[in-house]
Amino acid sequence: MLSRRSVLAGVAGVAGAVAVPAWAQFRVEISGVGATQLPISIVKFRDEDRAGQAISAIVRADLERSGVFRIVEGGGALDETSQPSWTEWRGRGSDALAAGSTTRLADGRFDVRFKLWDVVKGTEVAGQSNAVQPPDLRLAAHRIADTIYEKLTGEKGVFSTRIAYVTRGGGRFTLRVADADGEGGQVALNSAEPIISPAWSPNGRELAYVSFESQKAVVYTQDVATGNRRIVANFRGSNSAPAWSPDSQTLAVTLSRESGSQIFLMGRDGENVRRLTTSQAIDTEPVFAPDGRTIYFVSDRGGSPQIYKVGIGGGAVERVTFGGTYNISPAISPDGRTMAFISRSGNAFRLHTQDLGAGGQPNAITDTNDDESPSFAPNGRLIIYATRAQGRDVLMTTTLDGKIKARLASAAADVREPVWGPFGR
Amino acid sequence: MKHATKLHLTTILTALVLAGCSSTKLDTDVPVESRGTTPGAGAGAAGGANAGGTTQSQVTPVDLTKGTQQGAASNLPRVVYFDFDSYVVKDEYRPTVEANAKALAADRKRRIAVEGHTDERGGHEYNLALGQKRAEAVAKSMTLMGANETQIEAVSFGKERPAVQGSDEAAWAKNRRAELTPR
Repeated sequence: MLSRRSVLAGVAGVAGAVAVPAWAQFRVEISGVGATQLPISIVKFRDEDRAGQAISAIVRADLERSGVFRIVEGGGALDETSQPSWTEWRGRGSDALAAGSTTRLADGRFDVRFKLWDVVKGTEVAGQSNAVQPPDLRLAAHRIADTIYEKLTGEKGVFSTRIAYVTRGGGRFTLRVADADGEGGQVALNSAEPIISPAWSPNGRELAYVSFESQKAVVYTQDVATGNRRIVANFRGSNSAPAWSPDSQTLAVTLSRESGSQIFLMGRDGENVRRLTTSQAIDTEPVFAPDGRTIYFVSDRGGSPQIYKVGIGGGAVERVTFGGTYNISPAISPDGRTMAFISRSGNAFRLHTQDLGAGGQPNAITDTNDDESPSFAPNGRLIIYATRAQGRDVLMTTTLDGKIKARLASAAADVREPVWGPFGR
Repeated sequence: MKHATKLHLTTILTALVLAGCSSTKLDTDVPVESRGTTPGAGAGAAGGANAGGTTQSQVTPVDLTKGTQQGAASNLPRVVYFDFDSYVVKDEYRPTVEANAKALAADRKRRIAVEGHTDERGGHEYNLALGQKRAEAVAKSMTLMGANETQIEAVSFGKERPAVQGSDEAAWAKNRRAELTPR
């Protein structure tokens, strides 16, 4: 295990500008510079061109997007069997170095190998070999990035996790599941009618969402691997805003069946429906705190939409946001300490974070005007959200301090409502 | 009442011919409803047709892309527009709501969906709830005007199905609406 301290030892200061990345085919557009970024070099893997996936470029883009790493270019031919020249790599300013290879096996699989070195100490940190089917080569690259991230930071990486989002184009609405870098998207649902509010089940196997295919808002769950769908809330009026409890057994939803939009709890199959909030106002966008005992939600009971919280057993409702007149779409970090939400200031809808401890203040972490739908990465280090850029709906990731942002790849269609899946797949 | 109905049918036929809707199939026993226009308020009786909230220059649009299978119901005005951040059914749309309510009262088998919509500003879910509030306001007005609660379902599309594209007040004003759709 490489201590963070030894890697950081070489970081006297960080350059004020980030070079345009050479792996531009991934359209990772980084803006901003973090306070402490580890300089790392990822050499092109031997024979990766023959594998059909730019393994090293995927790893580099992942690490850069995390905000924790700064990529140091340079290289030459290296693989996991090489003995790097420490003086040379120290001269380039790299504190860590990874190299590897892809070898086609007789059965059609690829053996993807890599090694990670601590350049400062001149020692080996990690080495792996994985034989994968060709369609899993991107996943293999993301797992390498996860290993590097974990070895060098001590925290789990999120690069091999998945995201879901909705695209609109050509008169169709499509719910897609993609790698966390936005690539490799696969269609989960195609519809002529709108789809909103996708939510991953905590085990990553199902998505709950709202579909308007029957000319009204109805909540469905869908098994991602099999495509099996089930209606879980189709009451009179609108059914929307599904949220899973951490144990996957309960769904919180917004129903208008008793008139007015109010929050209800139900079993995961739609059974045992009970009303949670009882106001004359709009109550919606429920989300469970990680402990499963508290629900954060949006209500305009005070005259403007604000974020509140209430126990899952009901009872006293406590207001959480006080600044401004429009605070919506709460997302709670996995450690329960930070809330991301959208706050309106003038005509700008901007992503904010707020410490959930006593006295936490809202903090704008973007300077864009149409931010929507924040969702935390499962390690709590990044937030994915939708915004508008060059007249299109796009997805961005940002570090919690707002210093490192990356625009995710997307095809021609407008893309919105991102939601980050859990660890594992 | 029978007399008024006959006159009104004639008015509609005339209007359709004038509008060039020669291909529109007309149902001869369309249950047209009285709007309070007096038999004497024909062409030339200036200013005499405002009692029921309609005017002589009113043109009721027929949308052939929606709801035409519903026959007479498609002849009713179907859209109620709202002010920014408001759920109040304005007086100018009272005739629209009333005409639809009376059609429901006249035929208890008839069903209608009131679909609330918002402009594009703000979140998807909060807008869905705002649209629901608009739809429920219209639905409640209709029940007060004689429709049965069970005939109406208030639903919302939030900002997901704008009537017009655009990001200015003109577009937003057209999108803040409730549509009355026969089901």
